[in-house]
Amino acid sequence: MTIGLAHYLAVAAILFTIGVFGIFVNRKNIIVILMSVELILLAVNINLVAFSAYLGDVTGQIFAMFVLTVAAAEAAVGLAILVTFFRNRGDIAVDDASMMKG
Amino acid sequence: MIQIIAFYLMAAVTLVSGFCVVSARNPVHSVLWLILAFFSAAGLFVLMGAEFLAMLLVVVYVGAVAVLFLFVVMMLDVDFAALRQGFARYMPVGLLIAAFLAAEMILVSYAVATNGAAKDAVLPVANGGSDVTNAEAIGRVLYTDYVYFFQAAGLVLLVAMIGAIVLTLRHKPGVRRQVIMDQVLRSPKTGMRIVQLKPGEGMDQ
Repeated sequence: MTIGLAHYLAVAAILFTIGVFGIFVNRKNIIVILMSVELILLAVNINLVAFSAYLGDVTGQIFAMFVLTVAAAEAAVGLAILVTFFRNRGDIAVDDASMMKG
Repeated sequence: MIQIIAFYLMAAVTLVSGFCVVSARNPVHSVLWLILAFFSAAGLFVLMGAEFLAMLLVVVYVGAVAVLFLFVVMMLDVDFAALRQGFARYMPVGLLIAAFLAAEMILVSYAVATNGAAKDAVLPVANGGSDVTNAEAIGRVLYTDYVYFFQAAGLVLLVAMIGAIVLTLRHKPGVRRQVIMDQVLRSPKTGMRIVQLKPGEGMDQ
C-alpha cells in the first residue's frame, strides 16, 4: 500500500470542511473566522501541491505560492480593519456590525 | 513504510489541530493550534517533495501571519466568552453541512484520483520530472512563464502593506507634527522680521 493522490485530496477536503464549519459556528468571533479562512486556503494549497506533485508539473506549486501571497495580504488587511473597528467600537462582535450599510 | 506512518501522523495532526482552531475557547489557543496545523501541513508538503513551499509555509505563515494573529488577539481587550454564544445553536446545522460537504468532496477527489489525469501516478514528483531540485524547478518556471504574475504578486503585497498602514495609522490631536511642506515653502519674508531699535530702549514684542 502506498500513499496516493486520493489520500492527500481527502486530507485537504476534510481540512476545507473544518474551515467552513468554523465559519458556521463562530459567527460572532471575527478573529476565528479569519483563522478559518486561513485553514480553507491551506486546504486549497494542499490540493494544488498534491496535484502538482502527482502530475509532475511545477505550475501547481507556483499557483500555490500566489495563493500564499494573497492569503498573507488578506490577513494583514483583515486584521488592520479589525483593529480600526475595535478602536471605533470598543468591541469586535460582527453580528451587530451593520453601521456600514448604505 | 516510514512514509506511510509519517503521512498518517501529519495528516492526523493537521486535522486535529485544525478542528481545535475552530473549537478552542480561547483565541490565543486557536492561534497556537493554527501554528501546529501549518507546521504539520508543511510536513505533508515535504512528503510530497515540495520542499520550497514547505519552507515558505513555515516562514510566511508561522513566522508572519500567525504571529500577526497572535499580536492582534493579545492586543484587543475583548470579552471572548460573549463572542462564543451561539456556538451550540449553530453546531447541529454546521455539522450537517460539514458532513455533506466532506462526503461530497471526498467522493469527488476519490473519483479524480482514480479516473483523472493523475490516475497512473504512484509516486509524487515535485521537480517537474527533470533532474533539478524542487526550488530550481520552481524558479525556472516562475521567472520565465509567470514573471508578470510574480510582479503582480509583489504589487498585491505592496498595496496590502500600504492599506494596512493607512487603516491603522492614527493622528492624535494635540501632537505637534513636522510639516515638511511648510518648512520648504518658508522664505526670508515669512521667516524673519527686522526691527529697528533705539539705543537704550528694550523691545516689546
